[in-house]
Amino acid sequence: MVAQPVAAVLVDAMNAAAAVGAVRAMKAPDARVLQIAFLGTFLLIGVLARDFTVAPLQVAATFAAALATQVLWLRALSLRQAGVLSAIVTSFGLSLLVRADSWWVHPLLASIAISSKFVLTRADGPGRRRHVFNPANLGAVLAAFVVPGAWVSPGQWGQHVLVAAWIVALGSVVCRRAARLDIGLVFLAWYLGLLGARALALGQPAAVFAHQVNNGALLLFAFFMISDPMTTPRAPLARVLYAGVVALAAVLWQFTAYRPHGLLVALFALSPLVALLDRAFPGPAFAWHPGELGRMPAR
Amino acid sequence: MEAFPCPARVRPARSHLARASGVLGILCGAWLAAAPAHAFCGFYVGKADASLFNSASQVIIARDGPRTVISMLNDYQGEPREFALVVPVPQVLQRGQVNVGDRRIFERIDAYSSPRLAEYRDDNPCEPRIALQRALPAAAAGRATTAETDTRARATGVTVEARYTVGEYDIAILSARESDGLEVWLRDNGYRLPAGASAALAPYLKLGMKFFVARVNLAEHARSGSALLRPLQFAFESEKHMLPLRLGMLNANGPQDLIVYALGRQGRVEATNYRTVRLPANVELPGFVKQDFASFYRAMFDRQAQREGLRAVFTEYVWDTGWCDPCAADPLTPAELRQAGVFWSDTQRTVLTRLHVRYTPQTFPEDLMLQETRDRANFQTRYVLRQPWTGPAECDAAAAYLDQVRQRHDRQARTLSDLTGWELARVLDRMELKPPFAPQPDSAPWWRSLWQQSWSTR
Repeated sequence: MVAQPVAAVLVDAMNAAAAVGAVRAMKAPDARVLQIAFLGTFLLIGVLARDFTVAPLQVAATFAAALATQVLWLRALSLRQAGVLSAIVTSFGLSLLVRADSWWVHPLLASIAISSKFVLTRADGPGRRRHVFNPANLGAVLAAFVVPGAWVSPGQWGQHVLVAAWIVALGSVVCRRAARLDIGLVFLAWYLGLLGARALALGQPAAVFAHQVNNGALLLFAFFMISDPMTTPRAPLARVLYAGVVALAAVLWQFTAYRPHGLLVALFALSPLVALLDRAFPGPAFAWHPGELGRMPAR
Repeated sequence: MEAFPCPARVRPARSHLARASGVLGILCGAWLAAAPAHAFCGFYVGKADASLFNSASQVIIARDGPRTVISMLNDYQGEPREFALVVPVPQVLQRGQVNVGDRRIFERIDAYSSPRLAEYRDDNPCEPRIALQRALPAAAAGRATTAETDTRARATGVTVEARYTVGEYDIAILSARESDGLEVWLRDNGYRLPAGASAALAPYLKLGMKFFVARVNLAEHARSGSALLRPLQFAFESEKHMLPLRLGMLNANGPQDLIVYALGRQGRVEATNYRTVRLPANVELPGFVKQDFASFYRAMFDRQAQREGLRAVFTEYVWDTGWCDPCAADPLTPAELRQAGVFWSDTQRTVLTRLHVRYTPQTFPEDLMLQETRDRANFQTRYVLRQPWTGPAECDAAAAYLDQVRQRHDRQARTLSDLTGWELARVLDRMELKPPFAPQPDSAPWWRSLWQQSWSTR
């Protein structure tokens, strides 16, 4: 297992840092706490007002599997302090995105997604490792293209200005907390710019552009997925570039190759690029709490 | 919700497309592909001065990977010589890729997937249940399509890529450099285009698409002996799984209805850029709905579409084509599936999704993008009637049973009123509840007796 030898090194580094981090965490709530509150709200809105076809059993199984997997990995690698917040975030993400006609798909994807954080990692400076893929993104891509009986419904949010406004507002708060507001907004700027240019070039009416943009799935992606600080480049310039490349790939996939799930596919395919960008543009490492630096990221 | 183990009678909704009073329908199926990109969709244009507007259309899409067969049926009712169709297509379609199908396949697939009313009869509450099953056949409706062609191309930048006659249709495949040129060509050749046609054609041209133009060949039409125009079918390959609605809205006169029958091997088909919503179904309704199920369904659909602001795609049916339960019509045979465009051999794995869209230019600004999910869960818009036991019942359970039935009637009335927007008092009136099923005096609201009103009789 790739993570195994690294873990021992990490544990030492953690011990000193964790205490400081825990104290600081008391002052300002972890950005993930807000994220959990918002994602939970969206799921509730989705189920109650948007008739999302996700069963309570599927949601419960997602959480159970994600938390169990997280705890098992933390135990196995002696990383107990890392906590389970990120597993909860991932569980909400999967519950919002993945649809299945059986009960086992959700927990399976949750386990794979969480495990990927501990297995699919890369070196990130001396004694540190980071995971490569955003776990919810990985799970959603598997659901959309691989797992039998699973699918992703990008149209489920519908086009409602009110919903969009809420997602932008809430997403901004979370992104600012996570100090990654830039990438969500920059991504939107790139994506909207590309779609706008396409609409102009084709002579499509403005309503088509407005329809493509006013989409809950796009905004959730911008503010709750690509903005994940653990899987985005460190340096601001690198993040701007990365957001642009992801936006371009998403537009090409969806509007030139006419294939579905452009956003999810683009982010998934380009996640390995983050390592290269970090090498080219060094920047400060991200931790959910300042004291966490040096700990193995648990998200 | 109680279980209904014994369907006794089934009645399909006669396709509400049938009511479409309009004349020129619009129909589109479309596909933009990566390599030989693009879309099918059209608007009907009358030659000369016939009034133009759209009503309802039906499309069958059989698709596996990029391979696609689209069949389009319109409810055009005017003079055949007035009929013309313009559809953007992904590539120059050769003669062998275009076929004139049989209207009956639309009637069959409509009947098979129609919203249905199932009736169940309560057993004697004093005796154990016995099941009984029977299904009634279905009814359906639809209408037609046609064409014509011509030359004089170069000056307008239009190239006639191919020209042939298939069945009663004269067909031309055009490519054009500019939409203005295409519009000029079409007008020169006697097509009457709705306002804004050029702007609507432009995006398709810029995506490199060709235009399929069809008119009725009157001699062939007379020879075919059919009064109605038959559906056109196209076979092509394209990555783009979509139905461009935009062109069709040009000659729209109010909201239009489109029914899409999607046939695939994986599972249910849904929209990716609009919400796909299941219609409310599997609820109990008052018995009188049986006399006028079509009115009920129409009112219900109107209301649900309004509730979604005409911004949703409604799922009416998802089922493995091999069977049904209860059946509104017999399942489609392999031969019928082939007629509907199914080109794969293991037809028994085919899933049929019936989508119903009511749209306006404002609420559906973008072409309808579709995806085939891996969802194989069955769904049908089935509505349930439960006839109470009316025979003798003398046991302790009978009183409790009567009480249940009365509560059920109340629930059914409220459900119907909520689904259709019909006034609750009128619904209760129409139910004509009589003793012992009429509400007991003591269970009636206190204010009913205040003015000596009766709610159980008209």
